[in-house]
Amino acid sequence: MSSTRRDLAFAALTLALFLAVTFAFPGFATPRNLAGLLDDTAILIMLALGQMLVILVRGIDLSIAANLALCGMIAAVFDRAWPGAGVVPVLAITLVSGAVLGAFNGLLVWKLRLPPIVVTLGTMSIYRGAIYLLSKGAWVNENEMTRGFLAFPRHEFQGLTLLSWLAIMVAAVFMIALRRSRAARDLYAAGGNPEAANYSGIDAGRMQFIAYTICGAIAGVCGYLWVARFAVAYTDIALGFELSVIAACLIGGVAIAGGVGSAVGVVLGCLFIGIIRSSLPLVGISAFWQMFINGVVILVAVLLSARQRDFKRAILEARA
Amino acid sequence: MKPANWLRWESMLAAVLIVEFVVFSSISPYFLSVDTLSDATFNFTERAIVALPLALLIIAGEIDISVAAIIALASVAMGLASAEGVGTAGIAATGLGTGLIAGCINGALVTVGRVPSIVATIGTMTLFRGAAYAVLGDRVLKDYPESFAAFGQGYLAGPISIELALFAVFALSFGVFLHRTRWGRIIFAIGANPVASRFAGVAVNHYRFALFALTGLFSGLAAVLLTSRLGSTRPSIAQGWELEIISMVILGGVSVWGGKGSIPGVVLAALVFGLVTFGLGLMNIPGIVMSIFIGTLLILVVAVPALLNRSKVNR
Repeated sequence: MSSTRRDLAFAALTLALFLAVTFAFPGFATPRNLAGLLDDTAILIMLALGQMLVILVRGIDLSIAANLALCGMIAAVFDRAWPGAGVVPVLAITLVSGAVLGAFNGLLVWKLRLPPIVVTLGTMSIYRGAIYLLSKGAWVNENEMTRGFLAFPRHEFQGLTLLSWLAIMVAAVFMIALRRSRAARDLYAAGGNPEAANYSGIDAGRMQFIAYTICGAIAGVCGYLWVARFAVAYTDIALGFELSVIAACLIGGVAIAGGVGSAVGVVLGCLFIGIIRSSLPLVGISAFWQMFINGVVILVAVLLSARQRDFKRAILEARA
Repeated sequence: MKPANWLRWESMLAAVLIVEFVVFSSISPYFLSVDTLSDATFNFTERAIVALPLALLIIAGEIDISVAAIIALASVAMGLASAEGVGTAGIAATGLGTGLIAGCINGALVTVGRVPSIVATIGTMTLFRGAAYAVLGDRVLKDYPESFAAFGQGYLAGPISIELALFAVFALSFGVFLHRTRWGRIIFAIGANPVASRFAGVAVNHYRFALFALTGLFSGLAAVLLTSRLGSTRPSIAQGWELEIISMVILGGVSVWGGKGSIPGVVLAALVFGLVTFGLGLMNIPGIVMSIFIGTLLILVVAVPALLNRSKVNR
């Protein structure tokens, strides 16, 4: 099944889920509720798109949530120290620090050819620990944040928050760039068959480095957005969120073996999770079921995609 | 890889262990007492018990990141069994059984479902931990019978806890199994080249399934010990342990590419790990700072051989 046909099938499934929920609970499909759903899913969408790049080149970034949390803390501490600086420097700082953290993963994977899962498992705990060192274990609370810092992602335009618009913009850029740009085609080639890509003049390792750096930069900015949206920064924010992000990718049809995945699929995967999450309270199921349902959906998605492959490539298999 | 290289790796771990002893005993006068050291073993025995079968699994070229989630699920199952009035033996059996079933699910996904093990176990990790949360929510299960406390809090003889004794017995059995039996050789062969092993007549998938089931069973055992030691079950129990257990295995010199590793290495790594945790605890360094140390160690362990290889290739 081609990627496009899979996306269409999955879009139909997501739509069916949406219609089913709307049919059962007419209150679900109000513009206000849907805007809320998008706002809730926005950070997941951006992170999942970044993660997709990494998985496309046969990597995985388990440190994505720790990166987010660290950059979020950096943003909060910066805002507390220089309250007059405004949002632009905060965005710049989180973008750069996130990119640096991502590039560190990328360098280890590229230059030393270390297994991505071990590298990012390691940096995951290093970045988490660094938050503690930076904050000395204390929280940065709402009353220590400036108004502009807090207001940025909540600013409303055409009924949607700025956070939602950011996610829409990032998604649009990904959808166009992954289809139309040469760099993105190189990325797919490097993930699909690194050896063949090398022969055609694409440095597969460099592609991995770039993917990790972009993923890190996105995680960094999302760190600020997360902290501003929830109005608190502490060591454990977004703990375990990397799994939701990877889940969204897997549900969205990104193959862990690399080279297969589309931005449309990933966005649909995020919306699918978002719809389930926001309809659980309507159906009267406790929010504690969310993780279980995610697990079921991931397993169904990966079992279905494993059926379509006639060979299996272990993630731990050595690269050529 | 020549065996001498791995011998060197293990002697390095042993050296680190000795340094730890010297440093900690010079920092704290209480460190070198039998009681303190006996207490220190609780820092790693439960994790190390899971690290043993996981080492076999990683040597065979697979991975299981759902181990901590299995511990949580098994602990919840035991809590529910206990609430139903099941006796101590029944509770322990529930924990072991839950672990075994969870391991079999992983094994079936990888062998029958042909899902890569990392994806399969990310899925089951979410599923098992999710089930623990779904069943328990924000409740805590803590009415365990008094005799149940023996597993995690009891002592076999003098300062040797039941947990430590179990770990010693299993470490020995796994060492003999991996390094002295035909099955052990086959596990190495599968990890080095699964396709060639298959052509050589090895039922590769049977081994994979059995190793996943074994890892599940031992996660169940760890759940029995941990739950018994804590005397309570929350769905967040053993959160993040997968990282620490995998770190232990890799620190022990097991190659993530499969086909290489040794049980003595893993045992030494577990001791190093346990002592660091305990020693830093003595120095009042919080656990989260420990994680920086563990993460750095994890990367260094794989980076140093890679750097050495690189300089060799460049020469």
